Amino acid sequence: MIDGLYDWIDDRLNISGGGRKMVNKIFPDHWSFMIGEIALYSFVVLLATGVFLTLYFVPSSTDVVYHGPYIPLDGVHMSEAYLSTINLSFSVRCGLLMRQMHHWAANIFIGAIVVHMCRVFFTGGFRRPRELNWIIGINMLIFAIFNGFLGYSLPDDLVSGTGIRISYSILESLPLVGPYLANLLFGGAFPGNALIPRFFIIHVLILPALIAGLLGAHLTLLVRQKHTQFKGPGATEHNVVGAPMWPTFMAKTQGFLFLIAGITALLGAAVQINPIWLYGPYKPYLATYAVQPDWYMGWLDGALRVMPHWQTVIGGRVIIPNVFWPAVVLPGVTFTVLMMWPFIEQKITGDRADHQLLERPRDRPKRTALGAAVLSFYFVLFGASATDVLANYLNVSLNIVLTTFQVLVFVVPLATYPVALRICREFQATPGAGKTKRHNIVIRSADGGYSTVPTEARPGDTLRELEPVALDASIYLPALVGSPSYEPVDRAGIGARAAAGGTYEAVSVDDEAEGAEGDQGLAAATTGAEGGGRARSRVFRIPRNYRGG
Amino acid sequence: MSGPTGDTHGEPTPVTVRLDADQFKVAAANPRQMERTVAATFLLGLAGFVGFGAAYWVNASNAWLGVSLGAGFVGLGFGMVAWGKYLMPRGPFSESRHSMVPTKAEKARIISDFSSRGKVVVERRGFLVKILGAAGAVFGVVAMFPLIRSLGPLPKHFSEATHWHKDSYLVNVNGERVHKDDLEYGGVLTVFPEGDVGGALSQTTLVRQLPPKGEVNIVTAPGRETWSPLGYMAFSRVCTHAGCPVALYQELTHQLLCPCHQSLFDIGPGAAAQPVFGPAPRPLPQLPLYIDAQGYLRAQAPFDQPVGPSFWWRRD
Ligand code: HEM
Ligand code: FES
Repeated sequence: MIDGLYDWIDDRLNISGGGRKMVNKIFPDHWSFMIGEIALYSFVVLLATGVFLTLYFVPSSTDVVYHGPYIPLDGVHMSEAYLSTINLSFSVRCGLLMRQMHHWAANIFIGAIVVHMCRVFFTGGFRRPRELNWIIGINMLIFAIFNGFLGYSLPDDLVSGTGIRISYSILESLPLVGPYLANLLFGGAFPGNALIPRFFIIHVLILPALIAGLLGAHLTLLVRQKHTQFKGPGATEHNVVGAPMWPTFMAKTQGFLFLIAGITALLGAAVQINPIWLYGPYKPYLATYAVQPDWYMGWLDGALRVMPHWQTVIGGRVIIPNVFWPAVVLPGVTFTVLMMWPFIEQKITGDRADHQLLERPRDRPKRTALGAAVLSFYFVLFGASATDVLANYLNVSLNIVLTTFQVLVFVVPLATYPVALRICREFQATPGAGKTKRHNIVIRSADGGYSTVPTEARPGDTLRELEPVALDASIYLPALVGSPSYEPVDRAGIGARAAAGGTYEAVSVDDEAEGAEGDQGLAAATTGAEGGGRARSRVFRIPRNYRGG
Repeated sequence: MSGPTGDTHGEPTPVTVRLDADQFKVAAANPRQMERTVAATFLLGLAGFVGFGAAYWVNASNAWLGVSLGAGFVGLGFGMVAWGKYLMPRGPFSESRHSMVPTKAEKARIISDFSSRGKVVVERRGFLVKILGAAGAVFGVVAMFPLIRSLGPLPKHFSEATHWHKDSYLVNVNGERVHKDDLEYGGVLTVFPEGDVGGALSQTTLVRQLPPKGEVNIVTAPGRETWSPLGYMAFSRVCTHAGCPVALYQELTHQLLCPCHQSLFDIGPGAAAQPVFGPAPRPLPQLPLYIDAQGYLRAQAPFDQPVGPSFWWRRD
C-alpha cells in the first residue's frame, strides 16, 4: 500500500532523486540544538489546541448575562468573549485542559525561542552565512510576543483588560500619529468597540500565518545552509557530524514532539494558569492588585515602573509622552540592535568570513560578557515588574524598592560584564572544563593518606570520541539498519567474514541479514543460548516486512 | 558500488567501510533491556491514550484528562527518544558541505541572462514601465483610504471624549444619583456622569475630606475655590501614566494610588492631585462640583483638560 502510494507520487514528482539527500541530512548531536525543536513543537501544540479553542470562543464584546455552573458569576454582566471563555473552562468537555495547555505552550514557546536565540548568540551561530536566519528568528520572536499578548487579551477578563488599557496608552504615546493610530485600531476612544474581533483575527490567523511562513523560511535556510556544529573529532568547516535524518533524528525529534505535547498536557492538568473566573470580567473602573503579566511582557512592565516621571514638553505641548521611552523606544532599540547584531559584530571584528564551526562562549569572552550584561539588564527590568509585591513581601517602602531597582538597572549590567569576562578567561585557562569527566574515588589508607582512583568508564563516556563515518561518501543508510553491529552474536557469520576481509560492502549485508531472519531469527531470539540473557539480549531482529537494499 | 575514487563531481563515490566499526553499534550496552524499556514506555503511552478516551467519555475532571493525555504523549515521547538514542547506530556520521558562494561563472551567466533577455527589453519600453509604476503608486495611496479610514472614527476633541457636561449628575456604579449625605468624611466612591455608567473615560473618583477648620470647601489650587463643596472632591480616575484606574484612596495621607505602577497622587488641600511618587508625569484632572438645591452632587463644568495619559500635542 505505502509502497504503491510512494511509487505513484514518485513517478509524478521524482522524490527519489533529491529525497535521498534529505533522508541522509545530518543533524548535530549536541543537546543545545534541541532548544529550537522545543520552540517548533510548542508552536505545533499551540496550533492544535488553538484550533480547538476557536470552535468555542466567541470574539464579541456584546454584553450578556452569565447563567451556568460557575455559581459566583451567575447573573453577572460580561462580554460574550468572557462568557465563552468561562464556558470553555467549566462547560466544554476538555475545554479547560485545552485552554491551559494553550497558555502553557505559549509560555514555553516564547521561552524556548529566547533560549534558542541565546544559544545562537553565545556560540556565534549567527555569523556569515547565517545572518538572514538570525533576522528571521528575531522576527519570529517579535511576532510570538505580540501574539502571546493578543491571546492573553482575548478572554476580556479584568487582568488582561487592564493590560489592553495600558497598550492603548502606549500606542497613543507615539509622537504625531499616536492618538490617530490608537483610535483607528481600537475603533474609537478606549475601549472602542472593535477591539476583541480584531485582536481575535490577528491572533488566530494573521500572526500565526506570518510565524508559520517565517518558520518555513527558517527551516528551508537551515537545510540549504546545513547545520553549524561544535568542534569535535572529525568535525570541520567542510562537513556536518551527527546523526542522519532517517531514522535516528526522526525517532528523536518525533519523541520530542510527543514529550512537549505530554509536558504541556501534564502542566495543563496540574498547574493552574490564568484562572480568569477568579479575576472577573473586565470593567474599566475596577482595579487589579499584584497581578503580573505573562513573563515575556514582564520586562516591559518593569521598564514602565522604573522610568522616572519625565515627559518632553516644548512650548506648552507634549511632544514625547512618558510611556514612549520604556514601552516603545526600549523594545524598538532592543529588537533593532538584536536584528543588526551580526552586522554590528562584523563591523567590530572585521570578520566577514564564512563560519560553519561554532565557538564555545568562553572563547569569545567579550561577546559573551556583553551578552551576559545585556541579559542581566532585562532580568533586572523583569524583577522591577514586581516592585509592589516585593515591597509587601519584604515589608519595606515602595519608595526604597523602586529606587533600588532604578540603581540596579545600571549597576547590575556594569558588574556583570567584568565578572563574565573573568569567568570566560578562567575557563579558557582550564582545558577540558565543562566536559563530563569520570568521577574519582577518593581512598583513605590505613595510615591516613589519601589517593584517588578514577571510576570505570561508562559506555557513554567514549561515545563522542569516535571518528565520524562519511555518510554521503560511503554506504546507504538502509544498510545500517541491517548491519552486523546489531548482531554481536553474529548468526550470519558476517563479522567473521568482515574481519577476514577487513572491509565489507554494506549493501549486500541486507540480503544476508534478511536470510538470517527467515531462518533462525526467531529461534535465536527465543531459545537463548548459554551465556543466558546476555547473549540473547543482544540479538537484533529485523522486522518481517523489512525489504533490504 | 565501488566506483572510481578520483571522481569528485556529482554523486559522492561510494567507498567501503568496516561494518564492525563502533559507529554502527547501537549505543545501548544492553539493547534487549533497552528494547524492553522502550516497549514499556510505549505501553504506558497506549494506556494513557486509552485512559484519556475513558476520562473524556465519563466527563472526568481536568486533572484526569490532562494526566492521562500527558502520560500518553510522554510515554510515546520517551520511548521514541530512547529508541533513537540507544537502539540505532550510535554514529557519528557526517556529510560534506558545499560553499554557498556561487562561482564567478555562475554569477556571470545569470546576470547575462537577466540583462540580455529582460532588462534590455524592458529598458527599450521605459515609458510603459513608468505608466505601470504610476498606476501602482496611485492604487497604493488610494487603497490606504478604505484600509485606514474604515477602521474607525478619528479622535474627538477632548471635551467630547468624556460624558461630563455642565450640570451632569454624579451617579454611582448602579446609576443612582449621589446625594450630599451619602459619604462620610474619609469616604470614597466611584462615580460617573448620569447616562454613562461604567464609562472608561468618564470614570471619576469621588472623595470626601474634612475641610480645614472654619471652611466649607477644600481648595486644591488657586482658582478652584468652589470646586470641592462640603469636602467633596472629584478626580478623574484614569491614571495620567498609562490609563489604569487610580483606584485606591489612602485616607491618612490623602493620597490616591494607582495599582498598576504605583503612581501616588496627593489630593490634600492645596495639592491639586500632583503626582508625588511613581512614573505618572501629570496631576489628575479635577472635576468642579456643586451641590444643587435638592442636595445632589453635580458638575459645574466638564473636565478642563483631556483625561488620561499624555499624547502628542496635548497641552501640558
Ligand atoms: C504564536 C502562537 C500563539 C500564541 C503565543 C498564543 C497564545 C495565547 C494565549 C496566551 C492565550 C490566552 C489563553 C487563556 O485563556 O489563558 C490565547 C488564547 C486563545 N488562542 Fe492562542 N496563541 C497562539 C496561536 C493560536 C492559534 C494558531 C489559534 C487558533 C487557530 C489560537 C486560538 C486562540 C483562541 C481562540 C484563544 C481564546 C480562548 C481562550 O482564551 O481560552 N491561538 N492564545
Ligand atoms: S497606569 Fe497608573 S501608574 Fe501606570
